[in-house]
Amino acid sequence: MNAIHLGPWDLLGAALLIVADAALSLALRLGVHRQVLVAALRMVLQLSLVGLVLRHVFATASPAMTAAVVLFMIGAAAREVATRPRQRLARHMNYRISAAVVACASVATVLLALGTAVRPDPWYAPRYAIPLMGIVLGSVLNAASIALDAVLDAVVRERARIEARLALGTPFREAVAPLVRSATRRGMLPVVNQMSAAGIITLPGIMTGQLIAGMEPMEAVKYQVLLMFLLAGASGLASVGAAVLAVRALSDDRQRLRLDRIAGTKP
Amino acid sequence: MPYNAPVDNAQRRTVSFPESKPPPGPAPAARLAVRGLCSPFAGPFDFALHGGECIAVQGPSGAGKSVLLRMLADLDPHAGEALLDGRPCAAMAAPDWRARVVYQPAEPAWWEATAGEHFAPAQRDFVLGTLPALGLAPKSLDTAIERLSTGERQRLALLRSLACAPQVLLLDEPTAALDPASVTAAEDLLRSFLARGMALLIVTHSGEQARRLAHRTFYLEHGKLGPA
Repeated sequence: MNAIHLGPWDLLGAALLIVADAALSLALRLGVHRQVLVAALRMVLQLSLVGLVLRHVFATASPAMTAAVVLFMIGAAAREVATRPRQRLARHMNYRISAAVVACASVATVLLALGTAVRPDPWYAPRYAIPLMGIVLGSVLNAASIALDAVLDAVVRERARIEARLALGTPFREAVAPLVRSATRRGMLPVVNQMSAAGIITLPGIMTGQLIAGMEPMEAVKYQVLLMFLLAGASGLASVGAAVLAVRALSDDRQRLRLDRIAGTKP
Repeated sequence: MPYNAPVDNAQRRTVSFPESKPPPGPAPAARLAVRGLCSPFAGPFDFALHGGECIAVQGPSGAGKSVLLRMLADLDPHAGEALLDGRPCAAMAAPDWRARVVYQPAEPAWWEATAGEHFAPAQRDFVLGTLPALGLAPKSLDTAIERLSTGERQRLALLRSLACAPQVLLLDEPTAALDPASVTAAEDLLRSFLARGMALLIVTHSGEQARRLAHRTFYLEHGKLGPA
């Protein structure tokens, strides 16, 4: 591959666009110039730090180091998923559900890719495992947080309807099934849109990166297709997992709707 | 108090209620027996409801009347026990219990577009045969829920509850939105079900309705049940 290497001056040129954004904000009194500058600076620092860490991890190729980075990424994604929904479950259930869903969906998907399509040597090779985990976690984070938010909101909003069905002898699972289906659909929507738009409306980020890095277009396409399949699978698992675990947390052994398990809600 | 904490017998207050109207002789086994049923908000409640009997519960708003019905329907966590024909609630699967001890809240909810979609095909004959008794036309089944009047929705909700053929029916203000003729029709229908052995516990603010329909009337205040 004939990658064109970027020097500091190349990046500085692009950074002028950030300065232009800030100037626009000042001129139009948008009030976001400080946020734009801080966010840009933060992004540069974060990515530089990640680059340094990855350089070290790739060089050592240590399984322990790889596992530590992956665990850190999963923890950060799970925290994001847990904090985004408007409703909070009592006893830190938002965090417990998020951690379970994010870990299972991302690890299962990445292991599948490493074991079948990519097959690096060793199988945990950080150069493959970490970027794959990163891109899968991005999708899982979106899907799980949307599904969790949607199902918790729906259960609170639809309390009377759910209990009306329970009161007539409907099993809990059946009474909440429409809500679980709807939340799962919403969680999967971003990745469905992403797949539909790929190649026509947008060139996906990974493929763009590989093309710029000099990869032959059809090779880049194959990688992108593989990734899209992984993202779709992980999003499906994360959406359904978040929705199902959330409604399970809101019921008990007598199949009651336990809204008292939402923090701040009266029973 | 934790929901499942055992109730201290010393704290229990078994209320002595006036004799029910069913004829003298050996006391029949209670259809619904309630022993020390309580939540942090109401109770403990101890009483028995027999097949064919109607008990009315009156009391001020917020006294715990709906809490009592919800505990009996096993929709709220509670201590104490309720038995249906001698079988404890905890020994039955929750959906089985609720299909036999049916609860209808004061504001019934609907989850499909029309009332007709809320009935199982097996209930169709019963529903069509009973609609006239409630002064409802068959077309009300196919009308969008939001286009039905509050009174029509309330009568259809009663029909939906009765279509489950409950052994015990728990009604919370079932005729609050009805005109006098519709109230009479609903009460007549309930009487016909009582005559067939169904047991009825009805929460009502209407003393007249309690006198017309109930064999016994209790008064609930500050979470405690007593004779009216």
